[in-house]
Amino acid sequence: MDAIILQILNGLDKGSAYALIALGLTLIFGTLGVVNFAHGALFMIGAFCAVTLSRLLSLSHEVAIPGQTDFLGNPATRDVPYVFDIFGETVGASIIDWAVPLSILFAIPIMILVGVVMERGLIKHFYKRPHADQILVTFGLAIVLQEIIKYYYGANPIPTPAPAAFTGSFDFGAVIGFDPNTIIYPYWRLVYFAFAAVIIGAVFAFLQFTTFGMVVRAGMADRETVGLLGINIDKRFTIMFGLAAAVAGLAGVMYTPINSPNYHMGMDFLVLSFVVVVVGGMGSLPGAVLAGFLLGILESFASMREVIDIIPGINQVIIYLVAIVILLTRPRGLMGRKGVMED
Amino acid sequence: MFGLDKKDASLLLIVAALVAFAPFLLNPFPEGSAMAQFNAGYPDLMQRFVIFGIFAIGFNILFGLTGYLSFGHAAFLGVGSYAAVWMFKLLSMNVLPAIILAVITSGIFALVIGYVSLRRSGIYFSILTLAFAQMSFALAYSVLTPITGGETGLQLALDDPRIFGSATTAEGNIPVPGLFGLEMRDSSELVLGNWVFTFNVGYYFAAIVMLLSFYLAIRIFRSPFGMMLRAVKSNQQRLNYTGLNPRPYTLAAFVISGMYAGLAGGLMASMDPLAGAERMFWTASGEVVLMTILGGVGTLIGPVLGAGMIKYMENIISKINSDILHGWFAFLPDGLEDLVVTMIYPFIGKGWHLTLGIVFMLVVIFLPGGLVEGGQRVAKLFGRKKTDEPKSAKTEPAE
Repeated sequence: MDAIILQILNGLDKGSAYALIALGLTLIFGTLGVVNFAHGALFMIGAFCAVTLSRLLSLSHEVAIPGQTDFLGNPATRDVPYVFDIFGETVGASIIDWAVPLSILFAIPIMILVGVVMERGLIKHFYKRPHADQILVTFGLAIVLQEIIKYYYGANPIPTPAPAAFTGSFDFGAVIGFDPNTIIYPYWRLVYFAFAAVIIGAVFAFLQFTTFGMVVRAGMADRETVGLLGINIDKRFTIMFGLAAAVAGLAGVMYTPINSPNYHMGMDFLVLSFVVVVVGGMGSLPGAVLAGFLLGILESFASMREVIDIIPGINQVIIYLVAIVILLTRPRGLMGRKGVMED
Repeated sequence: MFGLDKKDASLLLIVAALVAFAPFLLNPFPEGSAMAQFNAGYPDLMQRFVIFGIFAIGFNILFGLTGYLSFGHAAFLGVGSYAAVWMFKLLSMNVLPAIILAVITSGIFALVIGYVSLRRSGIYFSILTLAFAQMSFALAYSVLTPITGGETGLQLALDDPRIFGSATTAEGNIPVPGLFGLEMRDSSELVLGNWVFTFNVGYYFAAIVMLLSFYLAIRIFRSPFGMMLRAVKSNQQRLNYTGLNPRPYTLAAFVISGMYAGLAGGLMASMDPLAGAERMFWTASGEVVLMTILGGVGTLIGPVLGAGMIKYMENIISKINSDILHGWFAFLPDGLEDLVVTMIYPFIGKGWHLTLGIVFMLVVIFLPGGLVEGGQRVAKLFGRKKTDEPKSAKTEPAE
């Protein structure tokens, strides 16, 4: 029993990442009808927003330590970050410590900007072209974005720690009545799951309860009619693209403490999140979320020792197997609308 | 000639001539000169040109004719390599059985994957092939280690059986792949003044195979079967309404292009007898997509040009470093020199992927027909007489 709960918990954080990326992907597909292979790159850019902010915050200048000299006789110096000068030592130190959560505020405008520029500058011109062309051009864009990041940040993973308050693990088993130390779960993964739940909830609430969201949903159902009613649906869809980019970026920001970001993390997640979208149903938002968590949990169950002993290698292929079975038996996906992309 | 019309025959002859004289054509700069680093006439790279040419020709039979975009074609290349290396281990170091087995194995593999994947079209087909290829990659990397060698890859060893050949050479080394006594890595050099030209057995063997498969591709393009595949691309529904089932045709195209990939994999293993799982990774599949699109999808010569161009960039542009750049722009004033070098630097050396990505995007956006279409447009600008049939307008190699 405790092993099962542990696997479900383990599946949640990966599932959250899948769900967030897939949510953005399917949002773009549902609104604009574009298959965006550069979505993984947006996730990666988000992660590097966190890296950038934590580097910016630790920018420092040298200050001489009075009364001390180094072994050459020069006055000894130490590095003092600029934030210390502005906010004082204790507040400054905790700002640096909390760089990753602070990056959320930093990343939202950047990601929306990146998304809007991408849509207006490039993807706008591909609405009328076949899906294969969209895949190809966004695949090229993904390569370009990834290489730019590699040029500025290098090829190695950059460790970006979580705030000290969240670094430990917590004994989940003891809370729900198992023996202590049976279910140990890092705090940050719990934070990630809660964060993902909030973001997903916010996106759904935005689409469900605001006028803007209502128009967007109407546009997803019948774009032409909404346009005929005198609503500039293109502009709203552009904003939705920016929003989808922001969701992917935030998923990346919060993922940095779990896995040190490197330039190809986007490509690594891209394939899987496409599979997630297809399993959930192209253009279906609840489907993407459901499939994201489902596949994340399935993957972590498949990597249990007992399962691997029975079917070796299953942990590597389970997601793809599920996708193949789904595509062949129910091509519109778990929750896809009837008739959408069913051929 | 050979059942080709005049235009195709001349295209084949031109390609044959280019391939035969490639050791000269790719080595235009004398040894030791500043430009010598742009010489691509060394065996390893020339082999890669033709092998990836075969891979791209095969991919083009599927994507160019039927419009089905497979994102998992590297799996067949990987399977071909593994099959070939196993033949070297078990049978003998002769490349012929190895290549034949590579083609057959990857054909069977393609039949299975194609049968399942072709039930869907469009983006679903792409994702299905991608899923299958990633599965093969993951399995080859982990569970199938006894067959594939896992992370280290499949290598030859001294204690391999090799029933028809000798397990070791007279000196006690692992023998090298060959064709009835001709060793694949044998080269002879021709020195003409400052120029050094290398003629490599492996290259010429691969080149002959490439010409044969190019010829076969022309025949497929011009056959009623090829016409059927084009019909699938232009309007599958109409094909259904006329009472024709497109599935057998697309499946045949898929298997043929999988066999081409297996052939390329087998040749790759014949030139250098190892096989690794990374050849099956999905970015490797992406690479052949890049080659085909860059050269010109649906054209005969395009994929070969694209393959040559990408392999040239990968091997030559990636070697340029900032010192060489400084050398080139030394004639500029100091400040300007540094500025120019800083501006160019991200695009060369290790950043060649960036150049590749940008060129690829530009091609997809502005030149959907690839380099071939670009060549045709240029040709149209200069002479108006060649407007009727532009298939062979561009003939110079990409290098």
